[in-house]
Amino acid sequence: MESLTFRHTTGKPLAGTAPSAITGVVASGNLEILLERVLPPDTCEVAIETPIAGYGPVWEAVVADFVARAQPGGIRISINDGGARPDTVSLRLLQGARLMEA
Amino acid sequence: MIDWRSEARLREERIAAGHACADGKVVPATRAVELLEAVLRPGDRVCLEGDNQKQADCLARALAACDSSKVHDLHMVQSGIVLPEHLDVFETGIARRLDYSYSGPQGARIARMLYGGQIELGAVHTYLELFARYFVDLTPNVALIAGVSADREGNLYTGPNTEDTPTVVEATAFKNGVVIAQVNEIVDHVPRIDIPGDRIDFVVAADRPFYVEPLFTRDPAAMTETQVLMAMMAIKGIYAEYGIRRLNHGIGFGTAAIELLLPTYGERLGLKGRIATHWALNPHPTLIPAIESGWVQQVHCFGSEVGMDRYIRARPDIFFTGRDGSLRSNRAFCQTAGLYACDLFIGSTLQIDLMGHSSTVTQNRVAGFGGAPNMGSDPHGRRHPSDTWMKAGREAQVTGDPMLMRGRKLVVQLVETFGDKLVPTFVERLDAMELARKTGLELAPVMIYADDVTHIVTEEGIANLLLCRDADEREQAIRGVAGYTEIGRGRDRAKVEDLRARGIVRRPEDLGIEPLDADRALLAAKSIKDLVHWSGGLYEPPAKFRNW
Repeated sequence: MESLTFRHTTGKPLAGTAPSAITGVVASGNLEILLERVLPPDTCEVAIETPIAGYGPVWEAVVADFVARAQPGGIRISINDGGARPDTVSLRLLQGARLMEA
Repeated sequence: MIDWRSEARLREERIAAGHACADGKVVPATRAVELLEAVLRPGDRVCLEGDNQKQADCLARALAACDSSKVHDLHMVQSGIVLPEHLDVFETGIARRLDYSYSGPQGARIARMLYGGQIELGAVHTYLELFARYFVDLTPNVALIAGVSADREGNLYTGPNTEDTPTVVEATAFKNGVVIAQVNEIVDHVPRIDIPGDRIDFVVAADRPFYVEPLFTRDPAAMTETQVLMAMMAIKGIYAEYGIRRLNHGIGFGTAAIELLLPTYGERLGLKGRIATHWALNPHPTLIPAIESGWVQQVHCFGSEVGMDRYIRARPDIFFTGRDGSLRSNRAFCQTAGLYACDLFIGSTLQIDLMGHSSTVTQNRVAGFGGAPNMGSDPHGRRHPSDTWMKAGREAQVTGDPMLMRGRKLVVQLVETFGDKLVPTFVERLDAMELARKTGLELAPVMIYADDVTHIVTEEGIANLLLCRDADEREQAIRGVAGYTEIGRGRDRAKVEDLRARGIVRRPEDLGIEPLDADRALLAAKSIKDLVHWSGGLYEPPAKFRNW
């Protein structure tokens, strides 16, 4: 088990007012993401629990791209990873942001 | 004095020897070994029918059981290395040299035997290349084929899986060769004469029906949201843009997802009747919803698929069927259709390099590539236009007189950036190069050459290689959709953003694709059972796909 936390400053807060959202299911090759609007509007934090060690740089890149694409200011994201591939992680993050904007 | 009839005399000798274990043309399965030992000569070129959908397995077992002091050093010239017996014959010395196309299930073992020098390899061919050589320099002396039934005169009903049979028989029977067919049953009247009896020398009543693998069935329940997202991108970013009506699909989950999104996502985009109307495609069960909802107008098939017989019989407006009602497929014809008449091929692969060459050969597996390279190549001989073909040609070629401009077939690689066990799809150097080096092949077994590939679709986006104007743009376009692989992370971000501004790299958001829509709920069928419902109960899935 590896725990990773990434903190980013964003240019703007994530649109919408939803206080929280969950997307995905924990199962093989999938992952569950909890998003909460609890941080200052220019901050995004992503905390990851993953069973597979050694993918820190990949996670870092996935999270950085997501922050650049979605500008998720104000959001804390907790990821419970079931061994998902980076593409699934990326898709789930974008889906989570869209749910918060709704 | 030149002897002009030596082959014909040898053929007569073989036939006479074979008759010792036959009643007319009919040979019981128990005497199949004896028949082969009588007919075969050392060094013969032998086609042992083994293709995607139909295995001459009774004859394969008989060949493997031959006495290697009588039958040895054969040169096997066959489409598929599929059954263990196909390789057993190389271990016992019955066969020595091999020319083939595909080796799916035997991929790991054939890799070991090639590296170990147990097989003298001619080449890994596409189906059409191997068929072509049957008529030039690899004509079989003896062909061992499979059919569903035959009468006592040897008239053969191949069943819906016609596949290679007509081509193999054509080459062998008309060039002094001997054709031996195994059939599931000897009947008084075959339902349809697929091969006339005068081309068949012996008919072996097999001990059990020939083996068929459901190779084209993809269970919708196993599709992922990433595959749904990629299918949405392909439909909106390629099918809609180029107005693709005539096409072929590979057999992966990605293309199956496209088939299942036509009646839902495609319908929502207003594309019905404008895309995906005419197909060169095996009867994929995942195509059923698109057929039932009126998207598909016509389908010609290479072979059939387990469980589709009743459905095909009930839809003769869609499929090519005989007077008896069953599917008439033909691999050589369908490959030719795919090569010359289809505007798009979309399939998958295991490795793509920085230029866009792809291969399914990996360190431990040599799967061959079957027909994909034929479908996935741009035939320069094509002479007829279509809007799709002309548009792709214009994108690839910006100078010169339009009247002299060639169109382009679209060849799309639909791949996830990571395969099983997080193995990256994008690589600096193909494993196929290493195989060629180690085994002394002059030509690396590349599946689709870079200059044929027009688009690469991954979960990260679409790279349009037609619009790339030099090697550096091409490399950055490929890196730009290579996701979080090392190749993808090694991209020049500024250059990729420039390519994106020019529409060469397109992300889901550039295509107006909503990530929340990338949901399995969008699939027209979410399970095999749903496919059965769509078919009105006509599709009969094989047991391994039944979980209800």
